[in-house]
Amino acid sequence: MLILNRKEGESIRIGDDIEVKIVSVEGGQVKLGIDAPRSLDVYREEVYRAIQEENTEAASFSGELLNYLKNQKKD
Amino acid sequence: MELQTKHFGTVEVDGNELIRFEQGIPGLEQYKTYALLPVDETSVYFALQPVDEAEIALIITNPYLFYQQYSFDLDEAVKEELAISKREDVAVYNVITLKEPFSSSTINLQAPIVINVESKKGRQLILTDDHYHTRHPLIQSQEGGERRAHP
Repeated sequence: MLILNRKEGESIRIGDDIEVKIVSVEGGQVKLGIDAPRSLDVYREEVYRAIQEENTEAASFSGELLNYLKNQKKD
Repeated sequence: MELQTKHFGTVEVDGNELIRFEQGIPGLEQYKTYALLPVDETSVYFALQPVDEAEIALIITNPYLFYQQYSFDLDEAVKEELAISKREDVAVYNVITLKEPFSSSTINLQAPIVINVESKKGRQLILTDDHYHTRHPLIQSQEGGERRAHP
């Protein structure tokens, strides 16, 4: 992992069109400003990870549970 | 084409009906192309079956059958990516995590799957507001709702 020191108000640039700015640093919290193309999604890591984990869990299910769904009939 | 699947056996699918998730689905990033298979007679449950992996599938449903008030915005970047030009082309599904017993199964309202039924392009969005999370109870009301979303 690349590690860079930055001060408040300074930025880093990733590639041609992504800028990550240190907006403020207060009490152990860093506020970041991110300028990126709209087609690029930016998420908090834990949010993205939660979706990954939920999908991974959802993708493996038992045949019995699926059979229960398959047997749903019209009223 | 014929598709071998663990849960649905060998199924015949029309290659033109396959749905392309160009960015992949979080957690299943390696699979980009999926078949949408019906699961039950009532057309409530469907399976998103990766064409390149027989062992797994995602069970999805129309969220409005369970949560009538469900809503989120489609931003312009997503509309562009999926080539969405009119609302009739948009279908919304959410992933169900099946659990034993079935009544404890949950639906992921934080990450709707948006499909352009015309262009066959799909994308799983991640909503960033606080209203929805990954494990809402899948309640058993199957009344009302609409087949398609109104972005």
